[in-house]
Amino acid sequence: MERKGFSLRDELKVISLGDFSRRVFSFRNSGKKEKEKIGAVLVLGGGIAGVQASLDLADSGFRVYLVEKNPSIGGVMAQLDKTFPTNDCSMCILSPKLVDVGRHPNIELITKADLERVEGKAGNFKVTIRKDPRYVDLEKCTACGDCMDVCPVEVDDEYQEGLTKRKAIYQFFAQSIPNAFAVEKRGIPRCRNTCPLGMNVQGYTALIANGKFKEALRVIRETNPLPSICGRVCHHPCESECKRNEIDEPIAIASLKRFVADNYDLDSDREEIEKTGKKVAIIGSGPAGLTTAYDLAKIGHTAVIFESMPVAGGMLALGIPEYRLPRGVLEKEINGIKALGVRIQLNTEIGKDLSLDDLRKEFDAVFIAVGAHVSSSLNIPGEDIKGVVHGVDFLRSENLKGKIEVGKKVAVIGGGNVAIDAARTAIRKGAQEVTLVYRRSRKEMPAHEEEIEEALEEGVKLKELTNPVGILGGEGRVVGIKCIRMKLGEPDESGRRRPIPIPDSEFVLKADQIIIAIGQSPGLSFVKGEFELTGRGILKADPDTLEVSKGVFAGGDAVTGPATVVEAMASGRKAAISIDRYLGGKSLEKVEFKKTGEIAEFEPMDIKKEKRREQPLLPVKKRVNNFEEVRQNFDEKTAIEEAKRCLNCGICSECQECVEKCEANAIDHEMREEFIQFNVGSIILSLGFDEFDPKLKGEYGYGRYKNVVSSIEFERMLSATGPSGGIPRRASDGEIPKKIAFIQCVGSRDEKTNPYCSSVCCMYSTKQAVIAKEHLDVDCSIFFMDMRTHGKEFEQYYNRARDEYRVDFIRCRAPSIEEIPNSGDLRITYEEDGKLRDEIFDLVVLSVGLKPPKGVEKLSEILGIELNKYGFCNTSNFKPTETSREGIFVCGAFQGPKDIPESVTQASGAASRAGALLSSERGTLIREKEYPPERDVSWEKPRIGVFVCRCGINIAGVVNVPEVVEYTKTFPNVVYVEENLFTCSQDTQEKIKEAIEKYKLNRVVVASCSPRTHESLFRNTIREAGLNPYLFEMVNIRDQCSWVHHHEPEEATEKAKELIRMIVAKSRLLEPLKRERIPVKDSALIIGGGVAGMTAALDLANQGYNVDLIERDGELGGHMRDIYTVIGNPEKLDAQEYLQHLINEVNKNRRIIVHKNSEISDIEGHVGNFKARLIDNKKREREIESGIIIVSTGALEYRPSEFLYGKDKRVVTQSELEKLIKNRMDFRDIVMIQCVNSRDQEHEYCSRICCTVAIKNALRIKEQNPDANIYILYRDMRTYGFREDFYREAREKGILFIRYEENEKPGVELKGNSLMVSVTDPLLKEKVILKPDLLVLSSAIVPQKDNKELSKMLKIPLNRDGFFLEAHMKLRPVDFSTDGIFVCGLAHSPKFIDETISQASAAASRASTILSKDFVEAEGNIAFIDPEICVKCLKCIDVCPYSAIEYNEEKDRVEVIEVMCKGCGLCSATCLSDAVQQRHFTNEQICAQINALMER
Amino acid sequence: MKFKPRIVAFLCNWCSYAGADLAGISRIQYRPNVRVIRVMCSGRIDPIFVLKSLQQGADGVLIAGCHPGECHYAEGNYFARRRFTLMKKLIEFAGIDPRRLRLEWVSASEGKKFADVINEMTEDLENMGSINLKD
Repeated sequence: MERKGFSLRDELKVISLGDFSRRVFSFRNSGKKEKEKIGAVLVLGGGIAGVQASLDLADSGFRVYLVEKNPSIGGVMAQLDKTFPTNDCSMCILSPKLVDVGRHPNIELITKADLERVEGKAGNFKVTIRKDPRYVDLEKCTACGDCMDVCPVEVDDEYQEGLTKRKAIYQFFAQSIPNAFAVEKRGIPRCRNTCPLGMNVQGYTALIANGKFKEALRVIRETNPLPSICGRVCHHPCESECKRNEIDEPIAIASLKRFVADNYDLDSDREEIEKTGKKVAIIGSGPAGLTTAYDLAKIGHTAVIFESMPVAGGMLALGIPEYRLPRGVLEKEINGIKALGVRIQLNTEIGKDLSLDDLRKEFDAVFIAVGAHVSSSLNIPGEDIKGVVHGVDFLRSENLKGKIEVGKKVAVIGGGNVAIDAARTAIRKGAQEVTLVYRRSRKEMPAHEEEIEEALEEGVKLKELTNPVGILGGEGRVVGIKCIRMKLGEPDESGRRRPIPIPDSEFVLKADQIIIAIGQSPGLSFVKGEFELTGRGILKADPDTLEVSKGVFAGGDAVTGPATVVEAMASGRKAAISIDRYLGGKSLEKVEFKKTGEIAEFEPMDIKKEKRREQPLLPVKKRVNNFEEVRQNFDEKTAIEEAKRCLNCGICSECQECVEKCEANAIDHEMREEFIQFNVGSIILSLGFDEFDPKLKGEYGYGRYKNVVSSIEFERMLSATGPSGGIPRRASDGEIPKKIAFIQCVGSRDEKTNPYCSSVCCMYSTKQAVIAKEHLDVDCSIFFMDMRTHGKEFEQYYNRARDEYRVDFIRCRAPSIEEIPNSGDLRITYEEDGKLRDEIFDLVVLSVGLKPPKGVEKLSEILGIELNKYGFCNTSNFKPTETSREGIFVCGAFQGPKDIPESVTQASGAASRAGALLSSERGTLIREKEYPPERDVSWEKPRIGVFVCRCGINIAGVVNVPEVVEYTKTFPNVVYVEENLFTCSQDTQEKIKEAIEKYKLNRVVVASCSPRTHESLFRNTIREAGLNPYLFEMVNIRDQCSWVHHHEPEEATEKAKELIRMIVAKSRLLEPLKRERIPVKDSALIIGGGVAGMTAALDLANQGYNVDLIERDGELGGHMRDIYTVIGNPEKLDAQEYLQHLINEVNKNRRIIVHKNSEISDIEGHVGNFKARLIDNKKREREIESGIIIVSTGALEYRPSEFLYGKDKRVVTQSELEKLIKNRMDFRDIVMIQCVNSRDQEHEYCSRICCTVAIKNALRIKEQNPDANIYILYRDMRTYGFREDFYREAREKGILFIRYEENEKPGVELKGNSLMVSVTDPLLKEKVILKPDLLVLSSAIVPQKDNKELSKMLKIPLNRDGFFLEAHMKLRPVDFSTDGIFVCGLAHSPKFIDETISQASAAASRASTILSKDFVEAEGNIAFIDPEICVKCLKCIDVCPYSAIEYNEEKDRVEVIEVMCKGCGLCSATCLSDAVQQRHFTNEQICAQINALMER
Repeated sequence: MKFKPRIVAFLCNWCSYAGADLAGISRIQYRPNVRVIRVMCSGRIDPIFVLKSLQQGADGVLIAGCHPGECHYAEGNYFARRRFTLMKKLIEFAGIDPRRLRLEWVSASEGKKFADVINEMTEDLENMGSINLKD
């Protein structure tokens, strides 16, 4: 589990070990079941929303479990290049948040995990999490990446959208949190599962593919002592099971094995094996006996093999002809086994030369593996006639003596390998005609297909469906064989079709020699009477343990009947394990030696067909008269090519290369899935989204045309960390595109796929076009339907893209894409201005929509929550963060498609709701670390300890660490230098602490990796040893030295020395720093009593804080007082009812004091302690103190001066229309004009809500008066998200939409008494005249007029449009850069009520992170001012971005407000008299670094 | 012996130092002539640091910060940019080739760019030769 400093394992309690495959753990807090509520929250999904919700909750006193299914948190945001509208580098702003989560003491990060079960109810849920194995120990992994270098398996890199490959062991992305690698496994490959020995086929194949032949041999030899043999004669069931069969042909596994085994040897640095003193007798030196002997010898038992024949090898030596298995190969492998100390006693037949009892007396155990060498009879007349021989005897004679009598016309009866071997041997020995007689068809022949093929090539004839019925003799010799023709009937128990004789079809086959090869049985006469034999004449052994009787075991063909080499070997292995158990005095149990688990199954996708490489065969002419080996070995190139065909079914091949390489011993391939249980009070769902699969829009050719990419792929292509370093290239030819088309609404606003609008695509495509133009010289065209740039500052971005960047926006849904053959270019034919156009692009980007995350149906069942009709979480407009189950909240794109700021806002909103539910339990489960008192070192001379890290070989492989250490010892004040293998490891932390104690160190320097990732760890360590954490410094000799100067070890060593010298110089000047603490007043001041202010007030009051709510009107309610209905979910909501409910709640709540008719006249103070002066309409003043301030001052509806508004009563605004509708108006012809004063010169921004409001009102009118004629004159309909449903409904109900261009606004005039509205339809280029009896203006939302005053008073900025400007548009959407002040509602920007509610909750949540604390703590490295030197020029006050410096009139001096300072150091660089210094980065300290570098 | 220029690089913690780290994580190789001094913000670079480096014998000074608009502290890099223009004039006035001082925007995902800047700067300085303030 992932926690630095704390071990999650410490808190785990094993609650069930009943089932070994399922280890179940439980957190201790689950012991608090009797408690009603639990002060902990489960956050499901670690994208930006989950990260934000976790940080908010953990910072406001709750324990958080953040569960993420990927190996790292970060979500889709981590894949993005830039973010709109600021073009911020996505990773730059995300990464610090991820690091915060990773090191937060109250966030338990559980990666590669998912929710399994939920029980209980709001306040106390018991959850079970399934955690998949990572196979890498997070405590040990240093993310050095050595493992990745040796991993032989490449798979598509999902982080790079499959545009590049990664290894099976991988880091999700460079800045992953947790900062560790993970192994991806899919299960056991079918080849490995099928192999009787369980050979790791994928493992050695992958290594061969990488040219690592010795390593491959190591993997092979782990399970197989006879690989050269198996590489030739194994029946390779692995190949029959190979997944590649589904595409073309199986991998030539056996040939690959032989290639490696024949050509390479393992270095024999074999360790001395400790002898156990136990002796085992093995009867038979075939594959079973050899394997048993090998396995036993490897673990120290003495194995002696007794072989009745003069050669060792059993069937391998006697049955298989040399042209298949040369004697040399057999001898080499048997010698390998002998080398382990195994003795083979030849010519010793048990039952004749020695008795079984002799063996039992002399040995501790006996293993019978005599094979099956007795040939079966046909049981037909004439079998005893001269010229009839048995296959095994025939082959044995040839193999032993090389001399054999062969007829001219030979008939071989049987269809197995022995039959084929006999036939081919007969050919080689000069037979003129050899015929194979087999009773079924060729398809059913048990012999290997390739053997049959080779035999036929050599001239062997095959008579299939032929059964011998009698052997004919003449002159005391065979003359022929009488046969009958057969046909195939129903399948028998072997699954093969049973042969049935065809009546009257007998015929005679002439032959002068007949070889019978229809099967064999073991020769077991020596055990007769002692052990039981079955009806088939084989020995009866316990199938699970292979025990025959106490101390006697049997295996191989002797117990199975004739089988294959590899089966015999597996049997031998099984026996060895049983025998070892027996010898160790353990009770015998079922032997399992193969890896078990789920089989790797998947759909192979986009795999190119590629022919299997076959071993070259000796030409027929060159082989029919000798016993030269027929099959020739692969060469290196062929082996690599063939191995590369492997699909890597298991993904990780378990070749163990990474394990060998990892110096930190962090990798464990035996990790298993775990089930973790704990209790939480609430659950937050931040599951994110999936991208729409563009293949489903076949007309765009994605997947078929190489140069059609999805927008997320394009995002990676634009990224500096992407596949081509930020320069997009065409997949077809690697060319840099010159003309790119973006097609919008792929999987959005589309009845056939997803009818809703995905909200973000217009903006992200515009951004991508802009970034593309920044990166390269390219033309970009965006094909769109409505440009939906409805967010804060989005419209301005769109305008810039069009006017400054010259992005071409084409209003048209591109019907399809056509690829131009050979060039890879793409043609788009479209209609513009009524004309058909045709344009060629060299890259097309499909702007894919957002869809619910995969697997959400199952998850919703587990959670017991409702989904909406599209599969997103079902929420209502007034409760945007609440799911249908109490206590479970939702945020981010899973609630509906949305962009990053909205996701972050909603995440904070959900956190606030969860916090309110659990406010009574705040602080009950958080952990605070106890430290020893700090040692006062101020009077001491610097005593510096330097710890130089080797980082395994990551540093030491390049930098000469011992030399660096010796050099460092020469520096003044350095009293101790140590070199560590891994300085970040747990035991080194202890060593550092000991060294601090022993050598009285008062400064610590670690030379290792980056302070960005490791500084906090070491600071914590020295603090534990009683040193102030700021007495620490880090030198980056890995990321910025050894890793980047790999080929220049001397230069890198020199650099490391100098870098250490610089930091040591700085460290002499380090000072202990105190983080100033300011007490926090736990009450909030909220300015503005609309929906935003009231919601924030209630959230905070419910979280247990006191609130002063200021409203300048005599009534609460703000803008919402003019709204009557809300459209959304459910379709129609009563706004007034909700408002009344909200007001009642506020009035009822005793923690909220409402100050009506009141305004703020002055504010002073800072976070934790603000003082506001309030003045009411009776000029009474009062002072209110608070810890935080929320600005929720709302906005106004613009009062138009155009379109006869105010001059004609029939011209109204949308909010005035609401009142008319409520009073059941009676109008017939209604015209609405959109964008009145929005998106124009005066108000450049889009007012976001007017399109939906117009549709809402139009639908309401239709409801009251279905005959009403309604025209909506618009520029772009911006009904984003699920609001698109209502746009569609409006069109279906006959509401007419006429578009107008910005430069051709509708005209309104009075003709007589009638209103005349004229508008030019840009499609038809025709002027349309309308005569409405009501004209409705969708006028802009404009900022409050007095925002400027408030902005000055609070020192918070406004944007160009006059709305309040948050600290960061993306990730701090409700904060200001001035701490302790927050914004929500329309004061921030135009938005809907549900968005306002989310944002108000978000502001409350952010406020709670301060209010929940007794103190706010300043940074350590903040500015300080020396009043003696300061000339009071006040320049520092001007440059401070945080208003953290002020002039104190009373004391007549300039002071730093420590809690406000963020430690950027701008002031220090600005100060001309050096009076302002940044602590920890003082001029003196930095100059010391410079001086130290230059002194030589 | 070939002249080996020495570069002092002041990197802001949030973007450029992270970018230099990424070059490492991605194993992008570059010239070993740079010595990095980490500061929290490029706006922290006091002109004295630049002058001191050059005076003490550094052949070049690099200041690297977040791209405009991406500063962790809102606008520190703008101050760095303004000061940079001044510093260039200042060192030129002091008789030092202003090309020895360089300002670059390097984001946390631009490991490649960081490496390119170092390589380029090393090469430029090699061509310019050693700084010799006594001349």
